[in-house]
Parts: sequence; C-alpha cells; structure tokens
Amino acid sequence: MKTPSVIKGLRLGQQIAIKYFFAAMILFCAQMIFGLIAGLQFILPEFLYQILDFNVTRMVHINAMIIWLLFGFMGSVYWLVEDEAGSDLVGYKLGNIGFWVLLIAVIVVVLVYLIVQVGPGTESSLWFINEGREYIEAPRWADIGIVAVMLIFFYNIAATFSKGKWSGISGVLVLDLLALAGVYLAGMFYSTNISIDQFWWWWVVHLWVEATWEVLVACIMAWGLIQTIGASRKIVTTWLYVEVALMFGSGILGLGHHYFWIGTPEYWLTVGGFFSALEPIPLVAMLVHAVYDAGTKNLKVSNHPAFAWFIAHVFGNFLGAGVWGFFQTLPQINLYTHGTQWSASHGHLAFFGAYVTINVAMFYMAVQKLRGNIAMGSGLLNKYRWKTSLILLNVGALGMTVALLIAGYEQAFIERAVGGSTWSGYFSAQRDSTFIASMHWRMLFGILMTVGTFFLAWDLLTIGKKNKNPVFETT
Amino acid sequence: MNKEVKWMSESLWKKIAIWVTSLMLLILVALTFDTVSQITEGTSRVPDYSVINNKIFYEYDKKRDILAPVIGELSPLFGKELDKSEAKELVNLGKLTIQAKNCMNCHTILGNGAYYAPDLTKAWLDKGWGSESVRETLMLSFLLDPETNARSFGTNRKMPNLGMSEEEARGVIAYLKWMSSIDTNGFPAHFESIEQDKESK
Ligand code: HEC
Ligand code: HEM
Ligand code: HEM
Ligand SMILES: [Fe+2]
Repeated sequence: MKTPSVIKGLRLGQQIAIKYFFAAMILFCAQMIFGLIAGLQFILPEFLYQILDFNVTRMVHINAMIIWLLFGFMGSVYWLVEDEAGSDLVGYKLGNIGFWVLLIAVIVVVLVYLIVQVGPGTESSLWFINEGREYIEAPRWADIGIVAVMLIFFYNIAATFSKGKWSGISGVLVLDLLALAGVYLAGMFYSTNISIDQFWWWWVVHLWVEATWEVLVACIMAWGLIQTIGASRKIVTTWLYVEVALMFGSGILGLGHHYFWIGTPEYWLTVGGFFSALEPIPLVAMLVHAVYDAGTKNLKVSNHPAFAWFIAHVFGNFLGAGVWGFFQTLPQINLYTHGTQWSASHGHLAFFGAYVTINVAMFYMAVQKLRGNIAMGSGLLNKYRWKTSLILLNVGALGMTVALLIAGYEQAFIERAVGGSTWSGYFSAQRDSTFIASMHWRMLFGILMTVGTFFLAWDLLTIGKKNKNPVFETT
Repeated sequence: MNKEVKWMSESLWKKIAIWVTSLMLLILVALTFDTVSQITEGTSRVPDYSVINNKIFYEYDKKRDILAPVIGELSPLFGKELDKSEAKELVNLGKLTIQAKNCMNCHTILGNGAYYAPDLTKAWLDKGWGSESVRETLMLSFLLDPETNARSFGTNRKMPNLGMSEEEARGVIAYLKWMSSIDTNGFPAHFESIEQDKESK
C-alpha cells in the first residue's frame, strides 16, 4: 500500500471536511438567530407578523439544524475516511463538486423560504417552494439534488474503503450511510391521506434520529475514542456491535411510539410502547462504556475541547434522548403530552445533547490538525473561549429544556387533560402565567446558547493560532 | 479487560448485531404491510373522502373506553353532495393547500407539527365554531381572513392571512372534516365536540 498523501498537513478528505464544517458552523449560527426570532414570537406575537411569520422562522430554524448536522456528519466522515481506510480519497474533485452543489442548493432553498414563503395549493408549490412537512420541508427538486449528492458521497466513502482496507467501524459506517440515505426516500412522495403521509414521514424522522444517526455517531465516537484516548480497537469495535444490536434492536420497532394516534392500528400502542421503552438501554451502555474508558486510561488527552464535547455528547445523548424521550414514550402518558411543549423540550435536549455535541467535538478535532497538530491541552492560549462556549451552550440547552418541560407540563394538564385539546383549551394553557413565564425563561437560555454559539465560532477561528508547539504526529 | 472473554468476542457480537437488525427489519416490513392496508382511505380506521357528505361525531366508545369517531346521517358539506372522485378532488386540494401554506409549522395535525397554534385533528368538531348551522360559513370567513376574525383569547396571537382562494379554503374545510373521521385511538382525549343534531337510531 502506498503512503497516503498529505497536503498542507491535511489529507484530501480532510480538506473537503473543513469546507463542510465551515458551512455547518455558519448554518448553526443562522439556526440560533431564527430560533430566537421564533421564540420571541411566542412572547410578542406582533413581531414580524405577516412579514416573517412563525411558520417561516420555525421552518428555517429546524431546517438549518437538519442541514448543518448533516453537513457536520458528512464532514466528519470525510475527515476520518482516509485514516480509517489507510488510503487516499478516491474522488477529491467529485467530493468538492458535491459540496458546492449541496451548498448552492441549500442557499436557494432558504432564499425561497424567506422570500416566497408559501404558494398556492398545487403540486408545483411542493416541487419548487416547500413541501410543508416538518423537518423535510425542502421542495422536491432539492430532495432529488440531496439524493444525488448523497450518492456521490456514498460512492466516495465506500470506494475509498474498498481501495484501502475495511474495518469493523467502516463496515458498520458504510451500511449505516446506505440506510440513512435509503430512509430519506420514504419522505419523497405526496399523499392526500394524512395517515399514510405521517406514517412514512416518521420513517424518515424517527429512523434517522433514533436509528441511523445514532449508529453514525456511534461510529464517529468509536473512532474518536481510539484517536483521543488511544482506546483499544478490538474493544471499541466489539462495543460498536453491541451498540448496533441494542440500537437497531430497540429503535427500529420503537418507531411505533409515533404510531399511537395517527390512525394506525392499536397494536402499535403495545409494540411502540415496549420497544421504545428499551431505547434508552444502548444510551446507558454508551455512557458506562465512555466513563469506564475515560477512567481507566490516563486522561492526558491532547485535545481538551474535543474531549470535553465527546463527554458532553455521551451525557447529552443519555439525558436528552434516553431520559427525556422515555418520559413521554408510554402511550398512557403520550396521550397527554403528544404535540405539546414536552416534545419541544425533548427535541431540544436530544438534538443538542446527541448531535450538536459530537459535531462540535469533530470541529475541534479538525481545527487542531488544521493549525498544525498543536497541543490543545492545559498549555493552550485563550482557553477561556472554548470553556465559555462549552458552559454557555450546555447550561443554555439544559435551562431551555427545563423551561419547556414546565411549559409542556402546564399545557398537557390545562389544554389536554382539562381542556380536551380544543381551540379555547389550547389558549387557556397559552395564557397560563407559569406557561408564559417558561416562554420567557426559554428566551433567556436561548440568548445564552446564542452567545455560546458565537463564542464557539470565534474560538474555532482563532484557537491555537498563536500556539507553536506541535505535540504529536498522526500515523 | 483485555483478556478475551467469550461473551465479549467481536465476532459473536457482529453476528448478533446482524441477526437482531434483520429480524427487526423483517417485523417492521410485515407490520408496515398490515398497517398500510388498514390506514388506506376507505377503511374503518380511515374512511373514504366521501365521508364529508355525512355528519361526523366523536363519541365515547364504552367497549374501547375511548372517544371514537362515529359516522352519522347525510349532511353534505356546503350543502352539495359529492361523489367519490369529486370528494377526493376537494380533499386533495385541501391537503395541497395545507402543505403549500405550511400550516404544520404553526399547528399540529394528528398531534404532529408545531405548538404555536391549536391542534387541528378535530378542528371540524371544535365548539369554537358555535353551532352546526353557522360552522361552515364561519370557518370559511376565518380561513380567508384570520386577521379580522381573530379570537386569540387575549393572547394577541393571530393567524396570518395566507392568501388562500375561496376554493382552497373549501378544500381545507373538507380536509378538516374528513380528518375528524379518522380513528385516532382516542386522541385527543376529553375533547368536547360542538353540539350536533343526531337522528335517533
Ligand atoms: C403563522 C402561524 C399559522 C399558520 C401558518 C397557520 N395558522 Fe391557523 N392559526 C394560527 C393561530 C395563532 C390560530 C389561533 C387564532 C385565533 O384564535 O384567532 C389559528 C387558528 C386556526 C384555526 C381555528 C382553530 C381551531 O382549533 O379550529 C384553524 C381551523 C386554522 N388555524 C387552520 C389553519 C390552516 C388550514 C392553515 C394552513 C393553510 C393554518 N391554520 C396556518 C396560526 C397559524
Ligand atoms: C438523539 C435521539 C433523539 C432525537 C434527536 C429525538 C428528537 C425528537 C423530536 C425532535 C421529536 C419531536 C418530533 C416532532 O416534531 O413532532 C421527538 C418526539 C418523540 N421522541 Fe424523540 N428523539 C430522540 C430519541 C428518543 C428516544 C430514545 C425516545 C424514547 C425513549 C424518544 C421518544 C420520543 C417520543 C415518544 C416522541 C413523540 C412526542 C410526541 O408525542 O409529540 N426519542 N423526538
Ligand atoms: C437560541 C436558542 C433556541 C431557541 C430560542 C429555539 C426556539 C425554538 C422554537 C420557538 C421552536 C418552535 C417550537 C414550537 O413549535 O412551539 C423550536 C423548535 C425546535 N428547535 Fe429550537 N431553539 C433554539 C435552539 C435550538 C437548538 C440548539 C436545537 C438543536 C440542535 C433546536 C432544535 C429544535 C427542534 C428539533 C425543534 C422542533 C421541536 C418539535 O417540534 O418538537 N433548537 N425552537
Ligand atoms: Fe421516535
């Protein structure tokens, strides 16, 4: 095997990864701005009324999130593929073209969201403006573009492993990417029937976040553990298989926790309730594994921010997905919490805890090498920046989650249990003073998070620029 | 930790992972076939679109101990009875409008979507429309001009004017009426419907 080529210290895939990470970070900032606007509209409903309505700000908020997390994942995979394969990237040019096509498509989609916003009730609105389906609002033309770029991406990764060597991690990773892209197809058709529509919509949303994305980050974590603390590949790979078995074993049929009330048959109450209740198990296993590894190896890691964010990922995944998800996953409880701020509480902590964290960890892994393999331990200059952003983001996320949980509790009680989910029942809850207070707390913590995000961007742009002590050679 | 324990062997867990995943996928595919057949329009759980020609009630079902939709006597929407394909066309226009206007990033539908505005699952049956006789007119004028017709209950949160045509608004109402006939296993619970006359059976 010939030695992999390294340009400016970065491998080919890593140069593409930097682009993905850069774009992801910009979209992350945009997500926060639109989150703040949407949150503000709860408190000041006149704000941008009939100019940039809540449905638009919220759509941009959650779409920016989905896209930047995907950018981050694609970047992460490009980042590790050559090290893991022991070979050069097969299609450097192709990967670059894919990136630019995707980026331009995203920009066009967002501009149309902001300028055109909504269209008449025709199929062509769904093709060219938006599909009006939460998280996957992107118009159909963009769906097709996304699938095309995913195919390029998939080919690039799979072919690179084939040219180099396969490992346990890469095997799981490639199969998982295939499943991730395949599941997206379930969201690409129109149906008049809302039950059919939501049935397949959840295939994308649930089987992404609770199955294929989880396994994808498990692969990244496995690689990260080997890189940051030199964990044994054999143990890490075995754990990865355990994780896959537990994650798919519970998460695939756990899909049923979204099939309680959408017209689907009653057996889903049992199937969904049972399997989704098992979903926290792999997350606990992951937590135990990571804490055990961190405890037994000496903690002399050379990249403190990345390591801190990996740990935040493990705890955040467990808390946000495992604990907050479990709260509302039994049908008896979900009947009241379904579609209230409970879901938003869980949604925020889960997406942040599981997926923002690991992406940020990867940004720090990348920036370390980009600045010339500098030591990012205790000798680092301006450590306060990464620490401030770490604290602001995590405290903000937790605080927002608790505020939304309280709001959700009020809503489930006042609107659902007492008010019977009517128009007036809904507003009884929205008028409740505790509910309103929670919406204000959400804003406060949202501001903390936003400041944290900008600190993060600033830190990533500057970290290690003045440090001149390279610590290690990557093999 | 490094010595090989049998149950911690890499190859064993690889096999388990493959088998467990395949088994779960198989079950999911089987259940999907069954579920899709049960939720296709024209079944007892999801009635045909022509159900908009009838009254729809949401009543306590003793045997299941939940609220469930009951289809009543003829009561055509906007006073015009539609055949199957006309009904489908109207409901379909409603669905396209709901997607194109992005209602679900403010409202929940069947409990999924956004939490800025009331759930629309049983909006057709909402007491807020006053009485059966004025419901259709009120809904139409509300959807065409939600700003002027706002209620907001003292919150000042209003629905924006989405530039719907009258035909689109009729489609949306047909959609909401059809949706209220879907059997949602009792969601939303404790919902108190608008008064509707019922032929004694
Ligand atoms: C920007 C947010 C927003 C969008 C988009 C939106 N709505 Fe609303 N909608 C509201 C709010 C807020 C209310 C409560 C208004 C009031 O009480 O005056 C409401 C009320 C309603 C009601 C009456 C409430 C009830 O429970 O019956 C209906 C019906 C309705 N909307 C249907 C729709 C449909 C259909 C669409 C899409 C075509 C839509 N809305 C889009 C915010 C929105
Ligand atoms: C990282 C993994 C996870 C993420 C990112 C995530 C995210 C979300 C989001 C965003 C929603 C709201 C969807 C909507 O907009 O309607 C949701 C709903 C839900 N999640 Fe999760 N989730 C994760 C894991 C879990 C787990 C492990 C469980 C169960 C133990 C769970 C249980 C639920 C339930 C029951 C709902 C439905 C809420 C409702 O009825 O409205 N989630 N999840
Ligand atoms: C500045 C901080 C943020 C603010 C103020 C904010 C605000 C909001 C608001 C107002 C909504 C709409 C909820 C509703 O429909 O009632 C929302 C939805 C959502 N946000 Fe955020 N958000 C912030 C940060 C984040 C972050 C960091 C994430 C995760 C990465 C995130 C993920 C989501 C998700 C998944 C939803 C959809 C939830 C659901 O439907 O259940 N947000 N956010
Ligand atoms: Fe789920």
